[in-house]
Formats: sequence, C-alpha cells, structure tokens
Amino acid sequence: MSTYVDEYVPLEKELRSKRDAGKKLLIPYLTAGYDQDWIVSVEAIANAGADAIEIGIPFSDPIMDGPTIQAASQRALERGTTPISIFSELAKLDVGVPLIAMTYCNLLFHAGFERYLGWLKDGNIAGTIFPDLPLEEAGEWTELANRAGVANIFLVSPTTPTLRAAKLCSATTGFVYGIGLMGVTGVRETLSNSASEIAKSIKAVTDQVVMVGIGISTPSQAKSVVRDADGVIIGSALVKILLEGGGPAHAFEFVKSIRSAIDSL
Amino acid sequence: MVESLDSYDFSSGGFGEFGGRFVPESLVAAVSELEVLFRDAWLDPEFVNQYKEILTSYAGRPTPITRCNNLSDSLGIELYLKREDLTHTGSHKINNVIGQALLTQRMGKTRLIAETGAGQHGVATATAAALFGLKCTVYMGAIDVERQALNVFRMRLLGAEVIPVTSGSKTLKDAINEAMREWVACVHDTHYCIGSVMGPHPYPLMVREFQRIISEESRPQINALLGRDPDYVVACIGGGSNAAGSFAKYLESDTILVGVEPAGGAAIINGTPGVIHGMRSRFLQDEYGQLEEAQSISAGLDYPGVGPEHAYLASLKRASYYCVTDSMVLDAFQRLAKSEGIIPALEPAHAIAWVLKEAGNEIPLGSSVLVTLSGRGDKDSETVARILGQ
Repeated sequence: MSTYVDEYVPLEKELRSKRDAGKKLLIPYLTAGYDQDWIVSVEAIANAGADAIEIGIPFSDPIMDGPTIQAASQRALERGTTPISIFSELAKLDVGVPLIAMTYCNLLFHAGFERYLGWLKDGNIAGTIFPDLPLEEAGEWTELANRAGVANIFLVSPTTPTLRAAKLCSATTGFVYGIGLMGVTGVRETLSNSASEIAKSIKAVTDQVVMVGIGISTPSQAKSVVRDADGVIIGSALVKILLEGGGPAHAFEFVKSIRSAIDSL
Repeated sequence: MVESLDSYDFSSGGFGEFGGRFVPESLVAAVSELEVLFRDAWLDPEFVNQYKEILTSYAGRPTPITRCNNLSDSLGIELYLKREDLTHTGSHKINNVIGQALLTQRMGKTRLIAETGAGQHGVATATAAALFGLKCTVYMGAIDVERQALNVFRMRLLGAEVIPVTSGSKTLKDAINEAMREWVACVHDTHYCIGSVMGPHPYPLMVREFQRIISEESRPQINALLGRDPDYVVACIGGGSNAAGSFAKYLESDTILVGVEPAGGAAIINGTPGVIHGMRSRFLQDEYGQLEEAQSISAGLDYPGVGPEHAYLASLKRASYYCVTDSMVLDAFQRLAKSEGIIPALEPAHAIAWVLKEAGNEIPLGSSVLVTLSGRGDKDSETVARILGQ
C-alpha cells in the first residue's frame, strides 16, 4: 500500500500517505464567517495539528446540522457571509493543510458546476462535501470536480446497506466520511457504539481513508474512535467553543488536546 | 388507482426534471424502503379498500359538491365548491394522513412525526396517530404556534407532542428542517408523515395519490350536475397537496387547471429552480441559493417552495398558476361567508379570491368553475378578527 497512483486527487494522496505512515488523522470543522476572526481561527486550528480543515459554507436550511452549527450558520448569514466572501478570504490564506468545503447542494446547483468550481479554485479548496447530495445525483459533479483535482467526499451511514457502502467507497475521492451515529451534527455526552461499528464495517469494504464524524466531541471519544477509524472529524464541539467567544486561542487548545489524544494511541 | 402509477417514472423519482431524492445518506435506506412499500401497498386491493373504508366511515367521505348560488348569480359564472372543509378534522389533510398511518402500521413503525404550518396537517396527523395507536410529535414554527393556538390545543388534546421551532424564520420551512433532523435520528421506529406533495421521492407522488380521492370523487359528481367536465378546476397552492389531488383526475381532460399562490410565497411565479428539502423544484431564494422567507396571511401557504409536480405542470403549461394578495384573500374570506354561509380557511380563500377577481375577465362569463375548498375557517377566525380590528 505504499504506491500512490497518479489518479488520486491531491487531498487523497496526502491523507493516504499520512495514514499509511501510521498516523491517525484529524479534520476539525468550523463554520465560515461566524465572526470576523474566523480566518484567524482557521490558522489556529491548522497550527494545532489539523491534517485538513472542513470549512462550513453557511446555508439557510441545514438539515444535517444540530443547534450549534445552525446557530453558527445563522450568525454567519446575518453578518452577510456569502460563498464569494468566504472563498475570497480563503484565497489570501496559506495554512499548509488542505481545506474542504462542506455545504448543502442547493448552493452548488444554484451557482452552476463551473462557477462553483471556479470559486473552489479561488479559495484553494481541495475537496467538497454535500451531505444532501446522494450518490445517484452526484455523478456529473464528482467527475467534473475530480478532473479538476478536487475531491468529492461521500458519507456512509450506519443504515447504509453493505453493497451500497461499497459503491460509495468506490465513488468517493479524498476519504470516506463515516457517520458516527444516527442523528445530526452536535455535541453528545457519550460516544455511540455505532462510531466504532461504522469504521469497522467501512474498513471491511475499502482501502480508502476512513474518517468518522458526528457525535465525537472530546479527546477521549476521539481516541476511542481512532482504534478502528483512520481519523476523526470534530465539528460542533469546536464551533461551540468559538460561538461562546473562546476565540482562536481556545480553539487551538481544544484541537491540540484532540491531536494529543489520538496521537497517544 | 393503479393506472395512475403507470405514467410515473420511478427510476428517476421525478416529474420531468423536477423531483428526485436529495436526502442525507442516513435517510436513503428509509426513503427507498418507503418507495417500495408504498408501491406494493397501492397496488394491493386490500390496502386500498382499507384506506377507502376509513375515509368513508371515519373521515366522512365522500365530500359533497356545493353550488354557490348567490355568488354564481352575482359573478355570472357557475361556481361550485368541493367541500373538503366537511371532512373530519376540517381539511383535506386527513386523506393523506390516513394513507400514511396505514403504511406506518404496515412498516411496523410505532411513531409519526410531522411538520405543520397552519396546524391542519398537525391536527390530522395527531388524529390518525390516536386512531392507530401511534406516538406522535409535531414540529411547528414558533410564530405559527402563536397564530394558530387553537390547533396547538387540538393536537395536544389528541395526545400529540407539539414542539415549537425557534430556528430560522420560525415558520413552516423551519418546521420541515426540524422534522427532517428528528427523522435522521429516529428513522428506525419513526415515519415522517410529510403533509404536502413535497420532499424526497416518493413523497410527492405518494401524497398526490392519497389526495387523488378529491378529484376521483369530484369528476363524477360534477359530471352528474353538468353533464360534462367543469371548464375550470381551481385550488390554492402552498406545497400543493390539495391542488395535486384536485387536478389528478383532470390531467388528461380539457379542463383548465389553475393553482393560486399567495403573493408573498409564490414559488412558481417568482421562484427559481433549486434543490431544497429533498427535492428539485422551484423556490424563493437569493442570488446564492439561500432559501428566502415566505410572507403570507395564511400560515398553511407560508412556504417558499412548491411540490415538484406543480413545477412540472407549470413547465408543461398543463396547469396555470397565479397569485393573489393578502387583502384580496381577506375580502374573499368574508364574501364567501356572507354570500354562501361558508367560512373558508384562509388557504382556499386564495382560490376563491382569484375566481372573484377573474370572473368575467380571465374566466369567461358562463364558465363552470370548481374550486376545492380545502379547509374550514374556524382556525383563522381569530387572525381575521384581529386584522379587521374586531
């Protein structure tokens, strides 16, 4: 597993190589534009040891998000945040780790594929996640994005049948996003058993990098998940800190604590 | 019933370019299962008979057609109403929830969740849940909870839990978001009973089929009265369920089909194509694709999107869509009450308002016009009294 074929998009090449070197991976998420310092928080998170960063592009009706990310999205929209404002701010940034744009597919369809791809290039975005764009509707976008070197990441849920999971794993580029529990994004006090289960069942059908997210909030939960997964995605717990005024410094500390926990495995 | 599924393209889950199934991966299995289950049930005579029997013995079907004698005289047209306001719970919403509750039972699920705007679908869902012994949770925008207090009380009386939704615009679109989120978490034992011809496939098709009873009854009824099909069938449009059911049997006829939207939520007239709430349809949205808020006097039509079948019928020009303002609706509400002794819900008052405006204009004098009176106006009396300062 040490050869990286040329057709891997850059995000996938990078994550696979780290994974294959025995490293556990960390992808924090934050909602773009929740306040004026958001870009400083992106830098802080990168410095704290993120392997990639998921940038949430706020959408008016985020059906996969719980109260924390809803609140961050609403605040961002009220501040006048738009995809263009986000990608132009990101254009000036060089944090040394890949950025992934997560949002809902209406923004993609509304912009049109070519235009959206142009925005992604402006913002140096390496991958996209659309939680409401199912496999059956994503073919054309995935092909276009991949050809431009942009990963399009599919999610696999605890309710996904095995055959479909295998299809999703072969269609995904970058990594596979394993959904850690049946529910929307949000901080949970206890880790669902399904977080480890989903990692194991995806691993059984693919050699893709398997990241698990949703419902993973603390260093010890993260450490527990990476026993089976290649890495974790942490969103609401971080956004909560930022929304409560924690600022880049607290975000840095928090991400660092997750980093240490998964590295200590 | 069966022939109605033949023309539907199950493979794409769509009405032409509209429709589809844009749901989070966690719901893909559930909507796929629902599609198969609905198709099997709807082709099963035993299921269809059971559904129709409950609509007859419990919901009060068939509903009559009433000729509006006074308005017909003064407008110079033949105006008829399909009286969905006379069903149990007071609106056409009962037709759909009985079907979905039966399906829920067939799936072995034990709980219904629903979104509601005006509260009519919430009341209908709570009613069906009580009838079938299912648990029930209804999501309702906090603003709607306030303006439809009577229906909130009715839902609670029927044993449902009503959860006010305080995110976003605090109206119907946000109630849908919240119901979807809950469904993602509870899909193993919970069926999401969507109240209109919207959402991911198979909902737009399934709800249309459960509302098809409106025109299945009305076509022979009006033919018995007129000796032919009506010149016009007119219905109000929020998501578009009563209109879809009212149009279904006339799609292949020469009858002119008219959907009436609220001016502040006219997704067909003022919207653009988009993909929101699981479907590709038309929505009021900003230049980036953020959903905008609808503004209507009627909580039931306060939705910035529309069911994909209507977007499709509009693109084919098989149905025509118009909008009316809140003040026209208020006039229609009062005029129907005073002339015919029927207090309509604010939603179908939109359809009446269009007829009042267009009789002798768009609608030639002497035309026969069948309006679906989708619900009764008790729930809106307080709102209207407040606006009229009485």
